[in-house]
Amino acid sequence: MTEPSKKAATREIVERNLPARYRSESRFRTAGIVAIIVSVIILVLLIGSIGLKSLPAYTAWQIHLPVALDQALVDPEGDSSEASIRQGSFGRVLQNGMRETFPDVSGRSNMRSLFQLYTSLNSTRLMDQVIADPGLIGSDYVFTMPLGDDLDLYLKGMLVEDRSVEMNGVLEIEAGRRRTNIQSQSADFAIVLAELQQMMIDEALSLESRAAANRTLMASVDAEEADRLNEEAARFDQRAQVLRTDAAGENGQLELSDDLPSVIVEFRGGAIRMNRLDLNGQGGSGESILSIAENRSDEAWTLYVVDTPQARRRIPDNQLIWTRALVERGIVTQAFNHYFFANADSREPELAGIRGALNGSILTLIVTLLLSIPVGIATAIYLEEFAPKNKFTDLIEVNINNLAAVPSIIFGLLGVAIFIDVFSLPRGTPVLGGLVLSLMTLPTIIIATRASLKAVPPSIRQAALGVGASRTQSVFHHVLPLATPGILTGSIIGLSRALGETAPLLMIGMVAFIADAPKLSLEGFTEPATVLPVQIYLWYSAAERAFEPRAAAAIIVLLTLIISFNAVAVYLRRKFERRW
Amino acid sequence: MTTAQAQATLYHDIPEARDVKVAIAGVDVHYGDKQALFDVSMQIPDRSVTAFIGPSGCGKSTFLRCVNRMNDTIDGAVVTGSLKIDGTEINDKTIDPVVLRASVGMVFQKPNPFPKSIYDNVAYGPKIHGLAATREELDGIVEQSLVKAGLWGEVSDRLTDPGTSLSGGQQQRLVIARAIAVNPEVILMDEPCSALDPIATAKVEELIDELRENYCIIMVTHSMAQAARVSQMTAFFHLGNLVEYGPTEEIFTNPRERRTQDYITGRFG
Amino acid sequence: MTQVSTHDHIVTSYGEELDDLADEIARMGGLVETQVIDALTAVVRRDASIAKTVRKREITVNAMQVDIEKKVIRLFALRQPMATDLRVTITALRLASDLERIGDLAKTIAYRAADLNSYPPLEVTQRIERLGNIVTRQLREVLDALSADNVEPAIRVWRNDDEVDEHYNSVIKEMLLLMSGDSSLVDPGAHILFVAKNLERIGDHCTNIAEAVHYQVTGDTLESVEAAAP
Repeated sequence: MTEPSKKAATREIVERNLPARYRSESRFRTAGIVAIIVSVIILVLLIGSIGLKSLPAYTAWQIHLPVALDQALVDPEGDSSEASIRQGSFGRVLQNGMRETFPDVSGRSNMRSLFQLYTSLNSTRLMDQVIADPGLIGSDYVFTMPLGDDLDLYLKGMLVEDRSVEMNGVLEIEAGRRRTNIQSQSADFAIVLAELQQMMIDEALSLESRAAANRTLMASVDAEEADRLNEEAARFDQRAQVLRTDAAGENGQLELSDDLPSVIVEFRGGAIRMNRLDLNGQGGSGESILSIAENRSDEAWTLYVVDTPQARRRIPDNQLIWTRALVERGIVTQAFNHYFFANADSREPELAGIRGALNGSILTLIVTLLLSIPVGIATAIYLEEFAPKNKFTDLIEVNINNLAAVPSIIFGLLGVAIFIDVFSLPRGTPVLGGLVLSLMTLPTIIIATRASLKAVPPSIRQAALGVGASRTQSVFHHVLPLATPGILTGSIIGLSRALGETAPLLMIGMVAFIADAPKLSLEGFTEPATVLPVQIYLWYSAAERAFEPRAAAAIIVLLTLIISFNAVAVYLRRKFERRW
Repeated sequence: MTTAQAQATLYHDIPEARDVKVAIAGVDVHYGDKQALFDVSMQIPDRSVTAFIGPSGCGKSTFLRCVNRMNDTIDGAVVTGSLKIDGTEINDKTIDPVVLRASVGMVFQKPNPFPKSIYDNVAYGPKIHGLAATREELDGIVEQSLVKAGLWGEVSDRLTDPGTSLSGGQQQRLVIARAIAVNPEVILMDEPCSALDPIATAKVEELIDELRENYCIIMVTHSMAQAARVSQMTAFFHLGNLVEYGPTEEIFTNPRERRTQDYITGRFG
Repeated sequence: MTQVSTHDHIVTSYGEELDDLADEIARMGGLVETQVIDALTAVVRRDASIAKTVRKREITVNAMQVDIEKKVIRLFALRQPMATDLRVTITALRLASDLERIGDLAKTIAYRAADLNSYPPLEVTQRIERLGNIVTRQLREVLDALSADNVEPAIRVWRNDDEVDEHYNSVIKEMLLLMSGDSSLVDPGAHILFVAKNLERIGDHCTNIAEAVHYQVTGDTLESVEAAAP
C-alpha cells in the first residue's frame, strides 16, 4: 500500500540529484578534453619549434670552386701514389683557386679574409677525392665544398640585417689607387645619409640622457660613488659630442665608421664599400673591393646596406661582398645538406654530420638487442612458466621490478665498475654501451614479457596439457605465439628507450669527439663511438651558432627513429594480435 | 546403509556396465594444508557416461582432474590413494602424465580451441604424439575425429578457418574432436555445456550420448537436468566427500542419502 | 528408510506450490471420505435427501481433480521436480484420479439408495452396512497414512483388502440365495448387488492409494517390497 508513494519518493530524490550528477559528469569530461588539448598544444609547440629551428640544417650553400690540380702541387713525387698525394699541398690548390676567382684581391689581410670563405679542412676532402681518383692529377677540376658556417647562415638570412635598394641615377665612377670616388646625378644616397645621421644623433641623445641620469643619481650616493658617476657622465657627454660632430660631417662629407651600417654600391659584378658619403647625398668615396670596369653607369645599380655594423658581426664586409659575387656568378649555390647525413662530427659546423652518431646508435642498439631480448624473454618465460613459486623466486621478481625503476645513470656507474674496471672493456665503444643499455633494458623486457605471458588465458595452457602436450610444448606451441605481440611491443619500447638514453653513456665515455664514423661492421663494435642523444648534447653545448640548427635536426632524426620504432611496435601488435 | 554399501549394491544394478574402466580406492587430495577430497572410492564403468554433481567447491572437479593428473600442474597439490585405469595404477611417479593424458582426453568448461585453424586444432594431438606417419594419415585422423564429433558436415569446407571463428557450440564440439583425435580411452569433461545455449547444449549432449558407445566418459556438471539426461551413473559430492554413487535413475527418483536428496530437490539448508 | 527433508526449499514459491498440492489432495480426500460415508448412510437409513447432497457434492470432487491435474502439470513444466518432489507430484496425480473414481462410485451408491427407497427394507442391508464400514475404515486409514507420510498404515490397508473381498463375497452369496428363493427380491436385490460391488471397488481404490502412498514415501513399489518379504 505504501509501495507507489515510496516509488514516487525515490524518483523524486533521484530527479533532484540528477542535475548535479550530470554537472559533475560534464565537468569531468570538459577537464579531460582540456587536458588533451593542452598536451597536444604543448607537443605541437615543442616539436614545431624544434622542427623550425632545424630547418636551416637541411640545406647547405656550397662553393663549386674551379681548381687546377697541378702535378707539382698535388703529387710532389710524381708517381700518383697515395703516399705522394698525401704530401701534396691541397690547401694551396684551394687558395689558388680562390685567387683565380678573385684576381683583383691583393694584400695579405684581404687574402686571409678571402681564404676564410671556407674551412681549411676542405683541403683534406680534396686530397681524399684525388686519392680516390688519381686520374684527376694535372686536370682542371671543380671542387665542391660547403661555404663557411657563418656565411652559410648569412645567406640564409640569419646572421645580419641587410637590404638592397635598386637605384636608377647615373653614376660616375672615378677609380683611384686607394680610393674610388662616386658621383650620382641625383641624390641617391640622401635617404641612407639621413638615416645614418639620425642614428648617430639618436645615439648621442641616449648617451646624453644617460649622463643626465648619472648626474641625478649623484645627489643620493656617497662622494666616492658620486665621483665615479660624474666621470662616467663626462665620458658619455664627450662621446655624444664626438657623435654630434661626426654627424655634422667634415669637409662636406660624413665619415662611415665600423660602428655604423655598411653602405655598398654594387654594379656590374663590382662592389665599392663606401667610407665617406657627401652631405649633399649625391655621392662619396670608398674602397673598391671588386673593381668596376666602367667609369660611368647608365643602367640600374644596387645600393646594398648592411644594417648590422661591421664591428658587431663575425664576418667583415669584404667576405659578404665576395660571397654575394660568388652567388651572383653561380659558383655558390644552395643544395641539400648531404654533409649532415654523410659526415661524422666535425669542429666545423658546415662539415659536421650525424652519420657517426647514427652508426654508433645502430651498433649500440644491435648489441643491446642481441643481449637483452633473448636473455630477457628467456628469463621471463622461465620465471612465469617454469619456476617454482617460492621465496627465492619472489625475491628475484621483486628485484627485477625494482631494477626497472633504477635511474639510468646508476647503470652507467655499474658499467664503469664492472665492464671497465673488472673486465677492462675499451671505453666509449658500442660493445660497452650496448652492454650497459642491455642492463637497463632487461627489466623492462622481462616485465613486459611476463605481463603478456600472464595475459594468455590459462584455458589455452590447459587445452594443450589436456591433449598431452608437455609443459615446454604447451609454452612454445601455444602460449608464446599468443604472447608474441605483447613481447615484441615491450621489447621495442624498451629498445627505443635505450636509443634515447644519454646519462649512462656519458659515464662510460661515449661522449668523446668522434670525427670518423664507426664502420657498420664487426670491428665497428670496438671502435670509439658516440650516439645520437650524446651528439645532440655535444652540439647544443658547442659555441658556433651553426651547430644549433644541426642539433635541432639531430633531435628530429632521433624522434623520427623512435617514433618509427614505436610505429613498428604498434604494427606488429595489430598484425599478430589474435582473439580467443 | 552406508555410502560404501550403496556404491557396491547400486553398481551391479546398471545394465550398461560391461566392465570397470576406472577404479578408485581411498583417494585423498590436499592443496597445501587444505584437504579437498576425503577417502574417495568408486568404480567407473566403461562405455557409459558418469556424471559428478554437487555444489561448488565440493571437490568434483578436483577429483576429475585426478584422473588425468592435471592436479600435477598445480603447486602444492598432493594426491594420495589408488587410481587405476584398466587395472594400471596411474597415480604413480613412474607413470608419465604426458603418456597418461594421451589416453585420457579432457574437455573444459569454456570452449578453448587453440587460436589456430580448425585442422590444426584437431591435428595437434596426433602430431605431438606422432600418431600419423604421413600427411594423408593425419588428414584421415582429422576427418574421422570431426565426423565422430558431428562437426565434419559443418566445417569440412573451411578447415583452414581459425577454430575461434566457430560458434560456441561448434567450438566445444571441435574441442571434443581434438580430444578424440588422440584416440583416448577415457574422456573427462568439466562442465562442458555451462557456456553454451540450450540448442548447442542439446547438440553436445547428443554427441556425448553417441560417444558413450566407444568411450568411458566422466563429466562434471552443475546442471542436474543435464546429468539426468546424459549420464548412466551419477556421483554426488559434498564437502570433499563422495556422498552417493549409483545409477542416475535411482539418484534422481529415489536417492538414498538425505544430503543427495536435499541437493537435487533444491533444499540445501 | 524414509528420508523426507525437513529443510525448506531454496525457492520458496516452489515449496509453497508443493504444499498447496498436498493440501488440496488432503481436502479432496476428506471430501471423498464424506461422500462415501454419506452414500452409505443414505442406503442404510433410506434417506433420499442425503443421497441428493452426495450427488451435488460430486461436482466439487470432479472440479478438484481437474485442478490438481493442472497443478501437477504446472509443477512438471516449470519446476522439474526431482526425487521426493518428483514422487510427491506424480503421486498427487494418481491420488487425484483414484479419489475421483471413489467419488464417482459413492455417487452411484447414492443413486441406488434413492431407488432402494421404493422397496421395503431388507435384512441384508445390515451386511451392506458392515461391508461399508470396513471400506470406510480402509479409506480413512489410507488417507491418514498419506497425511502423516507413514507407510505402516498403508501397508495394513493394502493387506486388509482381503477382508473387504471376503465380506463382499459373502454379501453376494447371501443375496443370490435370497433372490433365488423370492422372485420379488430380484429387483431390490440387483440394487443391493450394485452397492456391494461399488463398495468393493472403493476398497480396491484404497489399495491403489496405499500403493501410491508407499511409493511417495519410500520410492519403492509396494508389490516389490511384499514380494521381497515372505
